[in-house]
Amino acid sequence: MNIFDILGPVMVGPSSSHTAGATKIGLTARKLLAEKPIKADIYLHGSFAATGVGHGTDKALIAGILGMQADDMRIPHSFEVAKEEGLAFSIQNKNLKEAHPNTALIEIEGEQGRTLKIQASSLGGGRIMVNKIDDIDVNFSGEYNTLIIHNVDQPGHVAEVTSLLAHKGVNVANMHLYRDRRGGYACMVIEIDQQMPQSGLDWLKRVEGIIKVTYFNREVD
Amino acid sequence: MSYHAIKEWITIAEQKNLPLWEVVLEDDMSERAVSREDSLKEMEKIWDAMLLSAEQYDGTLRSNSGLVGTDGQKLEDYGKKGNTLCGDFINKVMTRAVQVSESNACMKRIVAAPTAGSCGVMPAVFVTLYKEQKATKEQIIQALYVASGIGKVVAERASIAGASGGCQAEVGTASAMTAGALAALHGCTSKQIGDALAIALKNLLGLACDPVAGLVEVPCVKRNVIGAVNAVAAADMVLAGIESVIPPDDVIDAMGEIGHEMSYKIKETALGGLAATPTGQAIADRVLQK
Repeated sequence: MNIFDILGPVMVGPSSSHTAGATKIGLTARKLLAEKPIKADIYLHGSFAATGVGHGTDKALIAGILGMQADDMRIPHSFEVAKEEGLAFSIQNKNLKEAHPNTALIEIEGEQGRTLKIQASSLGGGRIMVNKIDDIDVNFSGEYNTLIIHNVDQPGHVAEVTSLLAHKGVNVANMHLYRDRRGGYACMVIEIDQQMPQSGLDWLKRVEGIIKVTYFNREVD
Repeated sequence: MSYHAIKEWITIAEQKNLPLWEVVLEDDMSERAVSREDSLKEMEKIWDAMLLSAEQYDGTLRSNSGLVGTDGQKLEDYGKKGNTLCGDFINKVMTRAVQVSESNACMKRIVAAPTAGSCGVMPAVFVTLYKEQKATKEQIIQALYVASGIGKVVAERASIAGASGGCQAEVGTASAMTAGALAALHGCTSKQIGDALAIALKNLLGLACDPVAGLVEVPCVKRNVIGAVNAVAAADMVLAGIESVIPPDDVIDAMGEIGHEMSYKIKETALGGLAATPTGQAIADRVLQK
């Protein structure tokens, strides 16, 4: 925590968790999709569902999906901006099993047809945690550049990915592995200190057994 | 961070022969690996945003729930008639505290200081000083470093989140930050700055976070007034030569302990206190259905 976490963030009110954090969740979903979103279905859980309208959580999530930051004065008018930018959306409440009280589930679709399902929670002070991507646990904060790879659970994929990182001179900060069952669907979440070059991402997408490659670039707005 | 207590911070300042604010500045330079100019520029941005948050008030707006709005205008109009009980300066402080907090509830841009729920306290005092030409921008920037140094120690030793420490952790911390910074701005010694923040925080110990319908509106907006006025009073006490019997680090630790002891019902869950009153419940039923 630095002094600008104490005096800051500069944000549109009323709540750092329910408004600023919600904007960040929306923006993170947009970055993960890596395409212009054209459709978003949002499900609010817990306190997001109970007090979301009063806190503008709904508007903040849409604002983030439209690419706005937490201090963007257009957040209160994000529904109108969505109309102008051709983003269709729906928002409803849903009880999500074992989720943090401030959680949103977003099903998002891009103009090139890419789809993504993201579950994320707002932890307070504008900080967030992405809990799941496409129903698989991921648990990353978005404070690092993050590589998310869905693959078939079979030997060799971790080695392929980490040797590529070594080849590209990318250092791993944190790495987690998840899978739904043995031999089933697996997921690698790798937080890295540098940028992953596009050529590396393209290479990964062609590897047999790798189903989906998602990259979160913290520096791109 | 080079200090974890107000006492340590003061010792470092004495050893380096620097004012307290410069210790915070140096710490920020090393922590974020930035130059002195970059740190100062960032703080200037915060100040500009704070100033703007006080200037953008729209006295006709109400929040989404309809619970707050227009009260800042009432205080301003009342102050213009003169002859208020609190006098002109405090009336202006109160007015800005309500206006910035109401703006927050109406989804305007504010500076979380340290939180969005307590965003009215610091601008209430510092924007008023600035507009009344009682302080220059440079003095205020320095005071903001002192405030953030205080906030950091509180965040580390206790809490600045209503969900873990109640309102004493939000408005209480904002008030302590403001009181210490105000004392610094008026040329107080390090000891006096510590006393000012200690007095301000002591006065708000035990304050519950019990927002009606879980919204940052009732009682948050008016609590910002008490945080701001309390800060000015604490600084005035210190300037009169009054000391805090309990030293600042002990007060901060006591705040942390009280926050820990508090029931979850009065820590931002809207299950206790004002939120659980029959009126609070009826309001919640009404606004959450909207």
